[in-house]
Amino acid sequence: MLAISTRLNTALPCDDPLVTVHRLSFSRGEHRIFREVDLAIPRGKVTAIMGPSGTGKTTLLRLIGGQIRPDAGRIEVDGICVHQLDRKDLYQLRKRMGVLFQSGALFTDLSVFDNVAFPLREHTRLPEPLIRTLVLMKLEAVGLRGAHALMPAQLSGGMARRVALARAIALDPMMILYDEPFAGQDPISMSVLVQLIRTLNDALGLTSIIVSHDVKETAAIADYLYLISDGQVVEHGTPEDLSRSASPWVDQFMHALPDGPMSFHYPAPPYDTDLLAGTPT
Amino acid sequence: MMALLAELGRFVLDRLARLGRANLFLLQLLRALSFLFGRPGLLVKQLHAVGVLSLPIILVSGLFVGMVLGLQGYANLVDFGATSSLGTVVALSLIRELGPVLTALLYAGRAGSALTAEIGLMRATEQLASMQMMAVDPFPRVLAPRFLAGCIAVPLLTGIFTATGILGGYLVAVVQLGVDGGSFWAQMQAKVQLFADVANGVLIKSAVFGLVANWIALFEGYQAEPTSEGVSLATTRTVVDTSLAVLGLDFLLTALMFGEW
Repeated sequence: MLAISTRLNTALPCDDPLVTVHRLSFSRGEHRIFREVDLAIPRGKVTAIMGPSGTGKTTLLRLIGGQIRPDAGRIEVDGICVHQLDRKDLYQLRKRMGVLFQSGALFTDLSVFDNVAFPLREHTRLPEPLIRTLVLMKLEAVGLRGAHALMPAQLSGGMARRVALARAIALDPMMILYDEPFAGQDPISMSVLVQLIRTLNDALGLTSIIVSHDVKETAAIADYLYLISDGQVVEHGTPEDLSRSASPWVDQFMHALPDGPMSFHYPAPPYDTDLLAGTPT
Repeated sequence: MMALLAELGRFVLDRLARLGRANLFLLQLLRALSFLFGRPGLLVKQLHAVGVLSLPIILVSGLFVGMVLGLQGYANLVDFGATSSLGTVVALSLIRELGPVLTALLYAGRAGSALTAEIGLMRATEQLASMQMMAVDPFPRVLAPRFLAGCIAVPLLTGIFTATGILGGYLVAVVQLGVDGGSFWAQMQAKVQLFADVANGVLIKSAVFGLVANWIALFEGYQAEPTSEGVSLATTRTVVDTSLAVLGLDFLLTALMFGEW
């Protein structure tokens, strides 16, 4: 059983958050993913939502983006209740959000340039020379102006994610949601991405929400952390607070310890019973 | 017994729910078509992908089917001294039946499966989700151009298949087997009617087959499980379901158009 923080639901990190999640519950079939979760994402900061794989971190991003609806509770973005919007208003809100998907999700039939230009061409009537200037500026910000003519298949994983980041900031959103931005990256790509996320957040005045289980990289740039497990917020605070937490679970997660309250093994019957049973149980 | 009935009930309900989803999907597709008036470039690109790139298989298949019809027709008609009717036999077979049906089957295998795989992979790689998160609806932007392009391409490909088949029949019958060229064309001209044969077969049948083939292909792709196995299953279902639907509808349309009952 996890030790739930005493601060849970009582001491959220700011008075005027950009995103507020209030008593959120969400299930997939019989599997309950969130149980009355409360979160507050401060404006202008980098907030990380962390936890072991399979705890519903990506689902939380999808709930904030309005891709799925909660079973109970409220999710507000800039004071607007996301899941009560009709499609037209939801799309208006999404124009102010950028999302960096885990896979990058670049359009494979479009070049790097056209991928970044895509939201500009769809939502603005800017002349093509101005779109070109804007796209090259966005690509310059992620260090890939020289790659504008390449196709997504010609990019490395790290480059694809940087192009996706340039596309996510194309419309100058108020916030960016990052879904596992560091997963599967080599050390150099990872450090480039870490730096980029922080720099873009500060330079463009964004609010960033990072979903990740890469503790070291995420804690290095996050202003505030939420740790999620078993459908609840286990702990939240600044990276310094959490690294000094007395909770054995938080200690195990933050310091990547193999032993602790979180078991390596998926719940199973006793080992000898299983081996002697002859057939899988 | 009760378990069997429950299983059967679940299966039927599942099928009905899927049919309902497919119909809603078609309605959304039809609603999204108006978007293309402002973006003709999207339609042209897809016409190239599903139409122009299907031309080689249509041309080659049409030629061979026509040549086989010429050979078979000649072998049967020569015993009755009726080889002058060969042009009519080849043309009517192609215009009424083989042209629309075989084109639709070839289209399902070449372009329909490609559409399903493309849309299924766009879902699996989160491209459609990212589009939605950029406040762009994939129905008008991605699905509608493919649907309309397919609906335009199938009748055109049917016309090309039929014309190539008639040419193949001519090559075998007239050039190879020595049937009189004048009677080949004259009989065809006399017997083939513009509305009863060409409009019914090449236009109406192929338009129905085109709509069904593209509807199934896009629906299967959009509903595919976002895994490699899911996309593979959806692609298979597209070819199988389209083939069965085309053959079943062909019987229905033939009975309505040419049946005397």
